[in-house]
Amino acid sequence: METKILEILNSLHPEFDFSATSDFIANGMLDSFDIVALVDQLEDAFDVEIDGEDIVPENFSSIKALVGLINKSSK
Amino acid sequence: MRLSFKNKKISGILVVVPANVALFEDEMGNYEFSIETSIKLKETMGYNQHRIVAGNVCVSDLCVFGLNWIFEKGLLKKEDIDALILVTETPDYIIPPTSNVIQGELGLKEDMICMDINQGCAGYEIGLIQAFMLLEQDTINKVVLLNAEVMSRKVSKRDRNSFPLSGDGASITIVEKSSSPSNIFAEIKMDGSGAFAIQIPAGGMRLPSSPATCIEQKDDAGNWRSLDNLVMKGDEVFMFVQKKVPPLIEEVCEFSGMPKDEIDYFMFHQPNKFMLRKLARKLKIPEAKLPTNIVENFGNSSGVTVPLNIAFNIGERLEKEEFKMCLAGFGIGLVWGAIIMDMGPLDFCNLIEYQE
Repeated sequence: METKILEILNSLHPEFDFSATSDFIANGMLDSFDIVALVDQLEDAFDVEIDGEDIVPENFSSIKALVGLINKSSK
Repeated sequence: MRLSFKNKKISGILVVVPANVALFEDEMGNYEFSIETSIKLKETMGYNQHRIVAGNVCVSDLCVFGLNWIFEKGLLKKEDIDALILVTETPDYIIPPTSNVIQGELGLKEDMICMDINQGCAGYEIGLIQAFMLLEQDTINKVVLLNAEVMSRKVSKRDRNSFPLSGDGASITIVEKSSSPSNIFAEIKMDGSGAFAIQIPAGGMRLPSSPATCIEQKDDAGNWRSLDNLVMKGDEVFMFVQKKVPPLIEEVCEFSGMPKDEIDYFMFHQPNKFMLRKLARKLKIPEAKLPTNIVENFGNSSGVTVPLNIAFNIGERLEKEEFKMCLAGFGIGLVWGAIIMDMGPLDFCNLIEYQE
């Protein structure tokens, strides 16, 4: 799952090294529009439905947070 | 707050949109998006095309144009209008009320009430509630509810948060007494502690417009705007909608005694496609019953989006059929409100263009 998430993040912003960063939001690597785009791509890639209330920056701040978000989201 | 009404109906809806169509693809260069991001946002958020006035068109211009269309078609007599409610955030002037300006331009009778209401995204629901309350009076038999905005004139063209989705327009809804026994159920809530999530900082008495307030500055996200422009905290508004609107819809359904699956259409305010799709899925409402196609075709014209949604998607059918409708608006204020009512067959339900 981590590899696929990294692929998606890299396709969104190839200029950043997401594998070497611990907080994507604090480091300015993802903004609110990136999060919207990311929700769509994660839902397609992992066949999940991310609840609107879970679309908060902390759930998109790291690979670990994204894994947690996908695991708690169900179709 | 729960409200209910009897013996009232909507008998006609006309929506006026500017003929000027602005395409997101033509505006992409104004924003600091990559091309890839722009293409993705076009699909996800509904950035496509929007109807915005090209010149100095005002709310009263759109309303007078629409009302004259209705009078010329013989769908309403001037002397039958007992009240004129205008809901707008972009009035022609601070003084006088724009509803009075419209009354004067149209030569309506003196024995009537005009009122402006400063509300936005839930402005259709608030306007309808006000109309229903006025109709409780013996002397008021027909109310004209106007929702109108020219908000594109107050949004910076370099604000990627707001400008791609901004839309202008006006709707005219005829609300009158009815012998129908069906009840109307409304649920309306407000949270002024969030009032500054969407605002225009300058131009009122707190911070009058000045040469300094019209200077554009760049924010952290790369948007350029001045204090005279609309500014929206998109993240806060998104979270507010996701938290507050699903329980609102459940509550109004429970109040009306009508299960969600017995409602024919959920005509919601349309801030952006992504937000609506999330709401529809959370509420488990099929997208066929909750149209999401207004932003991509017209933009977000605040309180006008609900009647525009109705006229664009089911206007012709509403002239012949009756539907159980759930109308909902949410945003500026912060305000969130919903109404469940029967609607149709209407005397008219049309969408026309305003040529500048």
